[in-house]
Amino acid sequence: MGKVWKYGDGVNTDLIFAGKHTYTLREPEEIAARALEDLDPNFAAAARPGDVIVAGRNWGNGSSREQAVTCLKYKGITAVVAKSFGRIYFRNGINQGLLLITCPEAVDAAQSGDEIEIDLPNSVLRLNGRAFPFPPLSSTALGILEAGGLIPHIRKKLGITSTEAVTVGGGE
Amino acid sequence: MGYTFAEKALARAAGLPTAVAGQVVDARPDIALSHDNTAAIAKIFRAIGVERVAIPEKMAITLDHAAPAPTPRHALNHAEIREFVKEQGIKYLFEVGRGICHQVFSEEAIILPGQLILGSDSHTPHFGWMGAFGAGVGRSEMAAIWATGELWLRVPESIRVIVTGKLGRGVTSKDLCLAIIGRFGADGGLYKSVELSGPAIEAMSLESRMVIPNMMAEFGVKNACLPPDEKVFEYLAKRTSNSKSQTPKTKTEIESNAIHPDADARYENEYTVDADSVELTVACPHTVDNARPLREVKGTPIHQAFIGTCTNGRLEDIAAAAEIVQGKRVANGCRLLVIPASSEVMMDALRLGHLQTLMEAGAVIGTPGCGPCMGNHMGVLAPGEVCLSTANRNFRGRMGQTDAEIYLASPAVVAASAVAGMIADPREVGG
Repeated sequence: MGKVWKYGDGVNTDLIFAGKHTYTLREPEEIAARALEDLDPNFAAAARPGDVIVAGRNWGNGSSREQAVTCLKYKGITAVVAKSFGRIYFRNGINQGLLLITCPEAVDAAQSGDEIEIDLPNSVLRLNGRAFPFPPLSSTALGILEAGGLIPHIRKKLGITSTEAVTVGGGE
Repeated sequence: MGYTFAEKALARAAGLPTAVAGQVVDARPDIALSHDNTAAIAKIFRAIGVERVAIPEKMAITLDHAAPAPTPRHALNHAEIREFVKEQGIKYLFEVGRGICHQVFSEEAIILPGQLILGSDSHTPHFGWMGAFGAGVGRSEMAAIWATGELWLRVPESIRVIVTGKLGRGVTSKDLCLAIIGRFGADGGLYKSVELSGPAIEAMSLESRMVIPNMMAEFGVKNACLPPDEKVFEYLAKRTSNSKSQTPKTKTEIESNAIHPDADARYENEYTVDADSVELTVACPHTVDNARPLREVKGTPIHQAFIGTCTNGRLEDIAAAAEIVQGKRVANGCRLLVIPASSEVMMDALRLGHLQTLMEAGAVIGTPGCGPCMGNHMGVLAPGEVCLSTANRNFRGRMGQTDAEIYLASPAVVAASAVAGMIADPREVGG
C-alpha cells in the first residue's frame, strides 16, 4: 500500500530528471534527490518508499536518459501508473525493474494522497478500495522484470553465475 | 499482404524471413551508437560480468554532449571513455570538436540504407533520412547490446504520412515538422514507425530531409523514415569512397540494400499533409507540440538566439542565417550563438564566408557539438531569459534553467529574430 503522487499529461524526461545533471551525478542518493526537481520541488523530500506516481498521457517522453527511471527507483517508488508512456521510458522502466502500468481509468479516478496497491500477478490495482484491471505486460517484459531487470536477465541468458555483486544502473 | 518498412527492416536485422507488427524479435544492430554517456554504460556493461564487448567493430562513439569538457567531472567522463575505447578495441571514436553523433555518422557513412542503428540517444530515429531504421534505447540496453550484439525489439505498427504539394517561400522542413507535431500532439506517433513520403519531401535537399526523422522523436516515434532516392545513394557512395574507415561502395550496391515498403503494406493510420498550407511555425514553451503560427508570436522579445544542434546545425542552416544577417547587426540585448553540427560543416561554412558574415553581424561561433541544447554548457540561460533555438526540444529547464523559456523555429526565423531582438519573420527582415 502506497500513497499516490498525481501529475498531468506530457511530463517529459527533463522534468523528471534534468539534463544538466546527467554527466555529473553518479550516486543513487544524489540522483534520487533530484527526482522531479523541475516538476514538483516537494517530491524528493516528501515521497516515501512504496509510493506510486499516477500520471496522464506520454509520461517520460523525450530523452533516453535512464536516470529519469532510476531517480524514482532509488527513491523507492514502486510503480508509475499512466495513460501512456514515452517509448524509451517504457523500455527503461522494464529494464530497471520499475513497474510501469497503463491504466487510464485509474488515472482519472486517482488524486494525490490516495491509497494505492498494485497486484501484478492478477493485473489489477486497487485505489481507495476500488479495483482497476490493467492489461498484462508482454511475456518478454515480464521475463525481464522477473529476473530483476535487463542486466540480471542478460547474465542469466549468457550463463554467468558468478556471485559477484551486480549493481545495475548505478551512476548515470 | 505486404510488409511495412519497419517489418522488413527488423526482420532483416533479426535474420528472419518475415516479421509482423506486434512481434518481438532479437535484432542485431549494424551500428551501436553512444556518446558522452559511454562511460556510464561501460559501468553497467562491467556489471554484466563479460570482459570484452561482443561487437567492437559495430560500436561508434562521439564526444559531443559536453565537449570540450566544461568541468573536471566532465573531463573525467571523457577520459574514462577514451580508456574504454582503447581497452576494448572499439572501431569508431570521434573526438571533441568533430561534431554531433547523428551528423558525424551520416557524414562518415558508417550507417547505410536498410540497416539498423540503435543508439543510447533519443534522436537516433535521425538515420531514417537515408532509409535506415534508427531507434533510441536506454543505457542498460546499450550495455546489453555490447555484451550480446542483440536486443529485443517489438516490431512497431506503422503510420504513413504523405506530404503533398510544395512548401511555400521561406517555409522549411522544420516548420513542417512543428506543424505536424502541433496538429497531432507529442504522442501522435507514440510507439510507431512513421513513414513520410510525397512530392514535398522528394523536392527537399538531403540536409532539409535530415530534420524530419530527427524531429519525429518529438512525435513519440520508435523510428521514422523517408524513402531513399538517387540523391541519398549518391551522397553515401561518395562518402564511403572518401572515408578512411569505410569500404568504398557504389551507388548500385547501396541502393540494392535499401528497403521499400510494399504497396499493400498494412498501416494503422494514414495522414495527408498539404505542404502549401504549412506556415512558418514556432514551438512555444514548454512542449514541442505547443506549436503556433509565427504570426501569432511575432514580437516576443528574446535574449538569446541559438542556431545549431543535430536538428538544424548543417551548412544550409548556417547559410540561411548568414544570408539574413548579412550587413546587419544582432540587436542590443540579444546574443546570437551559432554552433555547427560538425567540423565539416564548420569548415565548409568558413570556406564559403558564412562564419565571417555571421561574426561581423555579432554572432558567437562555438565548437561543433550539442552546445547548450540540453543545458550542459556553452550558452545556458539565466532565470527569466527567453531563447529562440533551432533545436528539437523546448522542455522546461532543458537549457539549464527552470525559469527560462525556450521557443523553437527554423534557422532563418532564429537569425531574423536575433537581428530584431524579438521573434520575427525572415521574409520581412529581408535577405
